[in-house]
Amino acid sequence: MSEKSRKKFLYLNRRAPYGSVYALESLEVVLIGAAFEQDVSLAFLDDGVYQLVEGQDTAGIGMKNFSKTYRALGDFEVRKLFVERESLEARGLKESDLMPIVWEDEDEDWAEKPSIAVVDKAAMAELIAASDVVLSF
Amino acid sequence: MPTLHTVNKSPFERNSLATCLERAAGGDGVLLCEDAVIGARKGSAFAKALAEKAATCAIYALAPDLAARGIKGEDVVEAVKTVDYSGFVDLAADADRVCAWL
Amino acid sequence: MRFAIVVNEGPYTHQASDSAWQFAKAALAKGHEIFRVFFYHDGVNNATRYTVPPQDDRNLQKLWSELAAEHELDLVVCIAAAQRRGILDADEAKRQGKDGDNIAPGFRISGLGQLIEAGIQADRLVTFGD
Repeated sequence: MSEKSRKKFLYLNRRAPYGSVYALESLEVVLIGAAFEQDVSLAFLDDGVYQLVEGQDTAGIGMKNFSKTYRALGDFEVRKLFVERESLEARGLKESDLMPIVWEDEDEDWAEKPSIAVVDKAAMAELIAASDVVLSF
Repeated sequence: MPTLHTVNKSPFERNSLATCLERAAGGDGVLLCEDAVIGARKGSAFAKALAEKAATCAIYALAPDLAARGIKGEDVVEAVKTVDYSGFVDLAADADRVCAWL
Repeated sequence: MRFAIVVNEGPYTHQASDSAWQFAKAALAKGHEIFRVFFYHDGVNNATRYTVPPQDDRNLQKLWSELAAEHELDLVVCIAAAQRRGILDADEAKRQGKDGDNIAPGFRISGLGQLIEAGIQADRLVTFGD
């Protein structure tokens, strides 16, 4: 696909996993969408920050734990995960409570680089303003 | 308009309106539809926040949703403009992107 | 202008499908093009022809099917979401060994790539949900 037709897709994730299907079905769009080679950013704010929390164990609720899939996003060229600082803080969470998610930089001998960037509310607003298509979940 | 933000849930039920207002940039538009119009009534707990935001963003409420909930034009916060579905389409067309706060 | 519309909720429980239909109708009346309407999450439930709402209520499936027929709209139902919720066309029903299909006229079942394509091809994407 030519550079000209590349659009900036922003996935706006605002809900916790398991309580509703939106987190899982957002992730399914991200995985399918990767084949279209667009410029993809994932935003996690409000309860959406819980999608990336480490140590999810769904054995007791009988639902599939899909949190490991976020760790594989680098293999799908999805490397820009923006987590809002204010949303973390309001929920008593720190960056260290999130899963380590990395991508491998081909140009630097496959060095592992972090995919998650914790940003403030103002940066989140700029992210929206810089996107072409916002997919809300 | 750079971004048209849409909010469809009552601010008394969800934080979508608050989240949206805190992230809408100057020059953006914010459209309240469905149950979100409840926040646009004069005297509501969200009237002040909407009036303040209207200094930098254009705030709209969908007239058919106001009418369905028994909210008359004169009951709507003054800084909030009302539009019908046709006006909603115009706002979406005029904006560079539409961002839904579900 | 070319719009894409996303419907994330089923009929009746939430207003999302009603709002999306009203928006689509208004956009078409103004001469805009609708590239695609994509039904996702519980939104796939708009596509069953087996709903029988009371006669004095609107029939959202029929409203969508009629709008599609009138304006040659592309109503696409996400296959993964549809399979989870029992929305089947004849081919899918056969493949999954089910005893019948329920997809309404004007709707077609396809993949999530159709949503991404709609985002790429349309000038504006407007989402209606819960």
